[in-house]
Amino acid sequence: MQLIYVRADRCLGCRTCEIQCRVEHAETKNLFAAIRQIHPPKKRLFVEQQGGMKAPILCHHCDDSPCMAACITGSLYRDERGVVQRKDERCIGCWSCIMACPFGVVARDADLHLAVKCDRCPDREIPACVASCPTKALRIVDADELPKERRREVLLREIG
Amino acid sequence: MKQSTDKAVLEVLAQHKGGPKVQTAWDRYEAQQPQCGFGELGVCCRHCMQGPCRIDPFGEGPTRGICGATADTIVARGVARAVAGGAASHSGHALHVAHVLKKMLAGKTPDYAIKDEGKLKAVAARCGIAVEGRSVKEIAQDLVETALSEFGDKGEALTWAATTVTAGRVETFSKLGIVPTSIDGSIAEVMHRTTYGVDADPVNILLGALKCAVADYTACHIATDLSDILFGTPQPVVSKANLGVLKEDAVNIALHGHNPLLSDIIAQVASEPELIAEAEAAGASGGLNVVGICCTGNEVMMRHGIPLATSSISQEVAIMTGAIDAMVVDYQCIMPAVATAAECFHTKVITTMPIAKMPGAEHVPFADENAAECARAILRQGIERFKIRNKDKVCIPQEVSTAIAGFSAEAIVGALAKVNAEDPLKPLIDSIVSGHIRGLCLFAGCNTVKVPQDHNYVEMVKRLLAENVLILATGCASSTYARHGFMTSEATTKYAGKGLAAVLTAIGEAAGLGGPLPPVLHLGSCVDNPRAVDVAVAVANKLGVDLSQLPVVASAPEAVTEKAVAIGTWAVAGGLPTHLGVVPPVLGSALVTEVLTSTVKELLGGYFIVEPDPNKAAEALLAVIDERRAGLGLQGGMSCN
Repeated sequence: MQLIYVRADRCLGCRTCEIQCRVEHAETKNLFAAIRQIHPPKKRLFVEQQGGMKAPILCHHCDDSPCMAACITGSLYRDERGVVQRKDERCIGCWSCIMACPFGVVARDADLHLAVKCDRCPDREIPACVASCPTKALRIVDADELPKERRREVLLREIG
Repeated sequence: MKQSTDKAVLEVLAQHKGGPKVQTAWDRYEAQQPQCGFGELGVCCRHCMQGPCRIDPFGEGPTRGICGATADTIVARGVARAVAGGAASHSGHALHVAHVLKKMLAGKTPDYAIKDEGKLKAVAARCGIAVEGRSVKEIAQDLVETALSEFGDKGEALTWAATTVTAGRVETFSKLGIVPTSIDGSIAEVMHRTTYGVDADPVNILLGALKCAVADYTACHIATDLSDILFGTPQPVVSKANLGVLKEDAVNIALHGHNPLLSDIIAQVASEPELIAEAEAAGASGGLNVVGICCTGNEVMMRHGIPLATSSISQEVAIMTGAIDAMVVDYQCIMPAVATAAECFHTKVITTMPIAKMPGAEHVPFADENAAECARAILRQGIERFKIRNKDKVCIPQEVSTAIAGFSAEAIVGALAKVNAEDPLKPLIDSIVSGHIRGLCLFAGCNTVKVPQDHNYVEMVKRLLAENVLILATGCASSTYARHGFMTSEATTKYAGKGLAAVLTAIGEAAGLGGPLPPVLHLGSCVDNPRAVDVAVAVANKLGVDLSQLPVVASAPEAVTEKAVAIGTWAVAGGLPTHLGVVPPVLGSALVTEVLTSTVKELLGGYFIVEPDPNKAAEALLAVIDERRAGLGLQGGMSCN
């Protein structure tokens, strides 16, 4: 399973990830056209700040997804990549998913009455947020590889 | 974080009757979080259309822009352009005053006159213009031509820059090649050298910024001198400050912006019985109540004793009292948000300058040929608006402080002359030498949403006063100290250390004030910062030392504008250690940071001290003052006990 790993110490709060997320989900995938869309594309990750810490907060595509469990119409489903996605036609705008998500990363498209969440950019190999981050604060990691990397780091620290 | 430490501002924010739609700068600051770190570090460049380019401050991403510019180059360019922006503002302000003076001499602006012939002659003589046996008009004509020649291609050192500083400064500036020969040319030169593919050497760019800053100083000094000549040199005047100066029963007209050209005329005509009668006829038993905001407020406070309502950052809050019938603005520091805030109340926002209009405001073109009539028309608009003021939306706080303003350099020397008429500077110098006055600190600059309004100013000044540092204040710094009660005789008793209090008491009594001089002297608006230089230069010349040796420091603890960057930079050029309480967008370049905070000290004596913590900042300034005292062979200052 691929995860998007956030290195908060590198985030400068420039919101490039938010902008590129919107562009990726625009009709034309073009910034200048995207800002003129009748219903401009919504962002699916959120750069937040508390104190001096800035970081994008984004969907974890949890294995036991509270949002999916809460979705009463079956609009939310897991695709073949393991990514939790939404079927437009099924979403009734009950916002159960918003209430259920512990990370606060399901948003409301008030114009289209649709729940909006990360779909891991199905048209791209690397999600737009990760690819666009100018300080590499976002990385794609493998859920099984990351702990291995960590364990090796522990040893490296041990040997100084 | 609290928005403000000003009780009046907090009261209006909490209790205003404008409804939930009213937004303030603090709300919008919140909405802007987090702010872009590239911008905060100064490492983004939009100077060409191949960009925008950004440098990765972590070193993993790009280390150069498309043209090859490094973070050092990009940050230096940004600093230089900020200085140029500030200098352009002061150039426009000064040139405007010079043009009106010229038109007045040609008989085209009947509502203006030379109010201070003594200042005219003193400035003319300093500029090398013959004064003896000549008429006021002849002298003024020569002076205005000299002033106007400073803006174009003079081809030699600017007169104001070369004649208002110490010989040592002129020599230092010449050695570094930062003597400007044109105010506007220096601004254009910065724009030229920072455009695509010109100056890439960060240190060379910063030298260009210093030259432009000296040009900014020149423009400020011209603006102050010519304004004094046209409207009178400020003398101590007792006035009031804070939102409590607004009156429920009067037509409240707020003057906001910077230039005295319109505001001084409004202040003059506002006392005309006919207009007051019109206000009364409209139901305002209290007549006309003109109040100031920001530096226009300082200008009319110093010269007319007009009360000051609030400072720049809380300009919307003034409207949120629901009691301002018209807000009249000229230029600089006027947030376009005032027109939006006014939509929730009856207030009419009136723009007056062709270069400064705003959506939602009414534009009443100000013609200096017809100044008094324009001023009356504007006041009448306020009277009309009073008629539709909604009494249920009025929320005027009680908060008001007495403030003694109007300490021009001439007024300070005048007060000292009461102690020693033959040698007015002697009491000041003796006090500095003896340590009764440990040093001087000029507080200048703005209020920012990044610091609870006035917090840094007030914390720092308490510490410095207790340590016998005499405080000079301009711009929104002077507004802060006026609103917080630091510009009274009582403040000397309350806050000043023993040595400082003794000196201020002696001067105050000699000057017949019936009490001590205030411990914080209101020198004027932000364009008036050269008044502080004039005082320091007089002291330096008397002592036979340069500005860079004096125990004099500067601080802009809540800085906002490009003008503040320009003023801070010329304060550094002038040899003053200059504190900034807000981190400027330069940390993306270690080199530029090092140059501005350290290397420049060897070249100019002045340098920037960046310290957001007001207590640490006060300690740092005290250490610098003591270092300077030691350099002059003086003992440390008196202790606060």
